[in-house]
Amino acid sequence: MTKILVLIVAVILVGFIAWWFFGKHTTVAVDAAVTGSSQDVDVEVSGGYSPSTVVLKKGVPATLTFNRKDPSSCLEQVVFPDFGINEFLPQNKAHAISIDTSKPGEFDYACGMNMFHGKVIIK
Amino acid sequence: MSIKNRFVFSLILSLPLFVEMFTTPLGIPLPGGVWTLFFLTTAIMAVSGGPFIESAWAAFRHHHANMDTLVAIGTTTAYLYSFYAMLVGKDVFFESAAFVVTLILLGQYFEEKMKHSASGAVSKLIDLQAKDAEVMRDGQLVKVPLAEVVVGDVIRVRPGQKIAVDGVITEGTSTIDESMVTGESMPVTKKAGDHVIGATINSNGTFMFKASKVGNDTLLSQIVEMVKKAQTSHAPIQKTVDKVADIFVPAVLIAAIATFTIWYVFIGVSLVSAMLFAVSVVIIACPCALGIATPTALMVGTGRSAKMGILIKNGEVLEAANRVKTVVFDKTGTITEGHPQVTDIVGDEATVLHVAANLEVSSEHPLAAAILDKAKTEDLTVTAAENFQAIEGKGVQATVDGQQAFIGNDKLIADYKLDAKMSDRMAQLQNEAKTVVLVGLADHIIGLIAIQDAPKASSAAAIAALKDRGLRTVMLTGDNQRVAEAIASEVGIDTVIADVLPGDKADHVKQLQESGSVAFAGDGINDAPALTTADVGIAMGSGTDIAIESGGIVLVKNDLMDVVRALEISKKTFNRIKLNLFWAFIYNTLGIPVAAGVFAVFGLALNPEIAGLGMALSSLSVVASSLLLNKSKLTSTPATKTSVA
Repeated sequence: MTKILVLIVAVILVGFIAWWFFGKHTTVAVDAAVTGSSQDVDVEVSGGYSPSTVVLKKGVPATLTFNRKDPSSCLEQVVFPDFGINEFLPQNKAHAISIDTSKPGEFDYACGMNMFHGKVIIK
Repeated sequence: MSIKNRFVFSLILSLPLFVEMFTTPLGIPLPGGVWTLFFLTTAIMAVSGGPFIESAWAAFRHHHANMDTLVAIGTTTAYLYSFYAMLVGKDVFFESAAFVVTLILLGQYFEEKMKHSASGAVSKLIDLQAKDAEVMRDGQLVKVPLAEVVVGDVIRVRPGQKIAVDGVITEGTSTIDESMVTGESMPVTKKAGDHVIGATINSNGTFMFKASKVGNDTLLSQIVEMVKKAQTSHAPIQKTVDKVADIFVPAVLIAAIATFTIWYVFIGVSLVSAMLFAVSVVIIACPCALGIATPTALMVGTGRSAKMGILIKNGEVLEAANRVKTVVFDKTGTITEGHPQVTDIVGDEATVLHVAANLEVSSEHPLAAAILDKAKTEDLTVTAAENFQAIEGKGVQATVDGQQAFIGNDKLIADYKLDAKMSDRMAQLQNEAKTVVLVGLADHIIGLIAIQDAPKASSAAAIAALKDRGLRTVMLTGDNQRVAEAIASEVGIDTVIADVLPGDKADHVKQLQESGSVAFAGDGINDAPALTTADVGIAMGSGTDIAIESGGIVLVKNDLMDVVRALEISKKTFNRIKLNLFWAFIYNTLGIPVAAGVFAVFGLALNPEIAGLGMALSSLSVVASSLLLNKSKLTSTPATKTSVA
């Protein structure tokens, strides 16, 4: 009896994991707030980047301010391969990174191990 | 709390648990018994293990899973089960949770240290920057910080000082150690009019120079920028790895549940054994080693090559360089020096050169420049001849030391007699694709000067080294077939394609690509289309004039041997990436079944502690293997002194 119960729980758990991690979960893109001649977005780093997609206006100097709440060493670096940025994010401190907005396009960024992903869209 | 402190904390609290493991079977339990184990482990889980759980939960809410998820689930399962077992009086496994946390933190601590040394190349390059400069302001030399130096400033550099920015020497001469930027191990002598590179070290003389590039425009800044981009870039091979890593952690969780279910429900072992198998699977499966296999090797490889003056743009170029079958060279300025030089003097060398130099001193002709250069290296004092007269279409004549002298091309034979011996020499030199100039004094031809755009000293050795690596070498040139072939046979090039119009170079590269990957080495200015067409464009720079945009690989020095080194280090780095990935994959694909107890019938099984140790070791071994790239031998590298550690 216990064994059947365990089996059922196991099947349910597997189903839940598959749905939770592999299912489609939409994320919202956030537009940068333009103040005067610059634009800023705050990105919270905790189990991922939120917001994970940021939309920036082309030609306006932009700053992404990362604040790492997550203690994981996985997220301690943020890498923008297209911009040659590879920076250490101190925990619980705001860390500003300027983004070159001269070229439009979609630029992915990721943690040092390339497991967590974010995206910057410049248009 | 830092990783180090978390590790130390859990290590100290784990020690009693470790002792207990050996003393309990001997009948000496810890004071306080199982409750002591419970309190120690609870403290470890809360202080050292807490951040894993925190991070795992944060990731979970974002539908993500990472290595912290695995550590958190593995240790929490062992901990909670032990708590339950303690209450009902069964065997506990507190030490499993405690040891796994300790071992994983140990691994992370070392990994962090090693990663910092792998990414050190950029900061070392930035450290090369001079801090200040002695700048001429209002007629006086004042010391100003580097940031305040502007283009046009005149800067004084004394012996032993660092040159602040890029510029041109206005007065004085000195020898300069440029090894830190160009990788050139020999000090270079520079005089007024020569370019100097910021961050290089002046050795013996004092000189003044005018700043031409400051801030982000300096060669060093551009190199730093390129290395940064290369180190954060991704090699195409990594894309598959990333896809695997994305689904890896949830897949492992499913595998762990399956392991537990199969052992408990279908095979019917005890709840404890089934749980330990499942926990081992979760702990051993961290994809860390996979995740860092490529970036760490890329970082070390591109960093090391940058120190040799070889800038590899990104992982894609590195991977492409590995597949190259044919290397195509531009002739002028790449294989050859790019400016004509005197190669042979027939007759009484000193007299011939003396007369020729005096005749050519005010000429603008490129051949005259070659003769004057030669006179300069021989330390001849040149005084301009008098009474110049052109010999129409043949040369010039004038008075040198009171005697009538002349210099000109081979058409002068019509007016003057050439003896048989000299005539033979002339034919021979012309067959070597050299331009021959006749020099005469007092109605007699006294000698010949042969001038040629000679191959660089290193060209022949570089071509030979490329052939040794099984590569085909091709020379593309706009020059005529005879000259091209003479140079080609001198340096040992396989194939010559001569009479190529500048615009057609790219088309020829395309044709060569039909038989395999092609690397094109050119000076980056007029070769831009060919550089971009080739699978790997190697831009040969000389000093500050490097065309950073056009090539996938930029050589700071104008030395052909660096082409060989660039290909070799690309191959080495790429092979290291493959090796790292192989071991990381093997580790995971073998480790998981072993941990799941697939081989338990043969007595081969893991407990969670060993799994934790294995996981820590796998990441460490990958980082260590990448760092070894710094030490790997390059056959084509001469014994250079290490400039930047």
